[in-house]
Amino acid sequence: MAIALVLVLVVVGSVLFHFLSPWWWTPIASNWDYIDNTIIITFWITGVVFAAVVLFMAYCVFRFRHREGNQAAYEPENKRLEWWLTIVTAIGVTAMLVPGLFVWNQFVSVPSDATEVEVVGQQWQWSFRLPGKDGKLGTSDTRNVSPENPLGVDPSDANGQDDVVVEAADLHLPVGKPVKMLLRSIDVLHDFYVPEFRAKMDMIPGSVTYFWFTPTKTGTFQVLCAELCGQGHPLMNGVVMVDTPEDYLAWLGEQQTFAQLSAPQQVGSAE
Amino acid sequence: MVDVTPADGVPPAEVAEMELYHPHSWWTKYVFSQDAKVIAIQYSATATAIGMVALVLSWMMRLQLGFPGTFDFITPEAYYQFITMHGMIMVIYLLTALFLGGFGNYLIPLMVGARDMVFPYVNMLSYWIYLLAVLVLVSSFFAPGGPTGAGWTLYPPQAIMTGTPGGQDWGIILMLVSLILFIIGFTMGGLNYVVTVLQARTRGMTLMRLPLTVWGIFTATVMALLAFPALFVACVMMLFDRALGTSFFMPAIVEMGEQLQHGGGSPILFQHLFWFFGHPEVYIVALPAFGIVSDLISTHARKNIFGYRMMVWAIVGIGALSFVVWAHHMYVSGMHPYFGFFFATTTLIIAVPTAIKVYNWVLTLWRGDIHLTVPMLFALAFIVTFVNGGLTGLFLGNVVVDVPLSDTMFVVAHFHMVMGVAPILVILGAIYHWYPKVTGRMLNEAMGQFHFWVTFLGAYLIFFPMHYIGLMGVPRRYNELTATTVMTESAHDLNAFISIMAFLVGFAQIVFLFNLIWSIRHGREAGGNPWRATTLEWQTSETPPAHGNFGKELPIVYRWAYDYSVPGAKEDFIPQNMPGSFGSSREPA
Repeated sequence: MAIALVLVLVVVGSVLFHFLSPWWWTPIASNWDYIDNTIIITFWITGVVFAAVVLFMAYCVFRFRHREGNQAAYEPENKRLEWWLTIVTAIGVTAMLVPGLFVWNQFVSVPSDATEVEVVGQQWQWSFRLPGKDGKLGTSDTRNVSPENPLGVDPSDANGQDDVVVEAADLHLPVGKPVKMLLRSIDVLHDFYVPEFRAKMDMIPGSVTYFWFTPTKTGTFQVLCAELCGQGHPLMNGVVMVDTPEDYLAWLGEQQTFAQLSAPQQVGSAE
Repeated sequence: MVDVTPADGVPPAEVAEMELYHPHSWWTKYVFSQDAKVIAIQYSATATAIGMVALVLSWMMRLQLGFPGTFDFITPEAYYQFITMHGMIMVIYLLTALFLGGFGNYLIPLMVGARDMVFPYVNMLSYWIYLLAVLVLVSSFFAPGGPTGAGWTLYPPQAIMTGTPGGQDWGIILMLVSLILFIIGFTMGGLNYVVTVLQARTRGMTLMRLPLTVWGIFTATVMALLAFPALFVACVMMLFDRALGTSFFMPAIVEMGEQLQHGGGSPILFQHLFWFFGHPEVYIVALPAFGIVSDLISTHARKNIFGYRMMVWAIVGIGALSFVVWAHHMYVSGMHPYFGFFFATTTLIIAVPTAIKVYNWVLTLWRGDIHLTVPMLFALAFIVTFVNGGLTGLFLGNVVVDVPLSDTMFVVAHFHMVMGVAPILVILGAIYHWYPKVTGRMLNEAMGQFHFWVTFLGAYLIFFPMHYIGLMGVPRRYNELTATTVMTESAHDLNAFISIMAFLVGFAQIVFLFNLIWSIRHGREAGGNPWRATTLEWQTSETPPAHGNFGKELPIVYRWAYDYSVPGAKEDFIPQNMPGSFGSSREPA
């Protein structure tokens, strides 16, 4: 008997917790409110199913608990009921899957006007590279990595000479402009994750992965690593600052290019 | 199929009598035993012992997460070693070993009406190799550098690099060797379970008369035999990368400023191999639980399981589908994004047969005669936690919803609810259910009630709120959350609450262990069939059953496993080996 009451309390408590507790997602700062909406749809459908199943159980336990002289019904199968439940379930699942795939299609279709920004992860810091005036990133390879060339930019690639290199410092992005994050790692797996942007993707040494988003709010956001990368994993934090276009250009003007950073070393090696 | 089930006559003899190995000494009777029931107890005891290690490790983690900075001995290295060993022990060395090696060994021969497993000697070897695997695993705690801290998924490159505890020491090598041994041992047992179900069923025991427990364990074993080889090769390849300097999983890498001698390998290949094993593994743990809980509900609600044939096909269907969903663990791994469409669709399709199983459990309760015994309470709690954990799977399986939630505490909460708490509740219920058959005595009811309430409510209070910490964006596998800005002050308090609950739930398990030992001598005498159940293990002439299971003659099966409360029958259950027709039994066939 206690169990019937507790089952009801589990449902009521879970629903109250969902609506009243202070623990909820951070305010969104990107275009991916579609993802938030899909989560809300999923919460409603799954919440209703959870409540219905558990409350039905509670009712059964209360109504059909053993008392002297009771006998259970004998009903091995009920084809109609079984098919009916299967179809309703399939409809509910489709109602979650279709919007999900629709938004996923947007997530993987990068707009043509997105600017590219490269993120390079290493144990345990973040570096960034932005294309220079030519709008193109030079090629790169882990084999080129050295103390003078921390991101492994190919020194013989002309496209790379004017690339802006931001080593182990904050990344700035202009608000309202779609950006394609190209993700690289030079050692282990990492994952570039800003909770307010909702998007994340692993970084794999030897590959370039990506995702895109449009920052919609100016401000300072913490970058977290979301793929276990060794014992420094929780401390691998970074900062993304989303600026107004003017502030962004001012910041960009202060940054150094690959050619500027490698120039003194080239002189040094010639001696 | 030949009809072997005339209502009154005796079906033709199909199963030849088996030559049993007769033990000559105490050693061959209790230690190097070839009796599946002894092997089952050996498996269960070993799994429980190593499971207690995993329980203590989870306490250590919760101390760190709930009260950061208070316990100096939990260094970052130690924390990662604790989570890695906890995860691997729970999934492989406890759940897989206990469901298949423990319950499989004890129940399959008894439930199908066989004298023993068909290859008893190989079955014995299976246990001893499993024990060796456990010992190798435990030895890594004492090895230089300690056990591996790579996370239970062991993703390369970090698993074999210096930035990870045990990466360049002994830890990862011992882990890989232990897994390889486990798989060898499991294969020996697994072949036994499959062949026994297919070849050694007693007369009249058609496949569609098998109790769902056997269907669950059988299907899970077939899956494990197909899935473990992927893990096996992944372990061998990583062992080569680590020990011989090959580059299966290792691309060009700069470690702490130095170029390593690797190049051209693919880290993501390991993930595919790992999850090709790892996803079926979820169902390798879940399907035996599905089967067992069906029998617990049916027996204690005194009602036939609803939709038996649908239940069988759902088990088989889930087993087959689970081989084409593995990459839903890899939506944000950097694999080609178009895979997301395929794997999200297959993953959500699995929800349909899974939901059917849930409906059929609750419909079995409908118009039943529900005895709220301890096994029944655990079965009810299983449904609650499984539905909860299954539904959050619809978040994570739906590719785009997974993007923000992946690698957060939401995932930790989800998989603990669905493949930790839920199957363990079934294991506990099953132990209360079958303990009388194994020992001849009932477990103590008062301790059982205490154990149930603390475990069920405590575990729910641990993992339900944890989803919301993940929803905030808090990543998993962080030993230190003070530097994470999304982690609010109140969420730290919630973490402390979860930790206290974890200690309570762990304490209840110690009470349960005490009950297991205490009741061997002091439990109430059970008799042969205390739950008045229909399946063959309850119809043995001796309790506990002797070597060979069924006295002189093997039982003959005349009906399905669910003739409870048949209208017109004298008793509310008709054992499977009871000849004759009673009342209006309508066996689905």
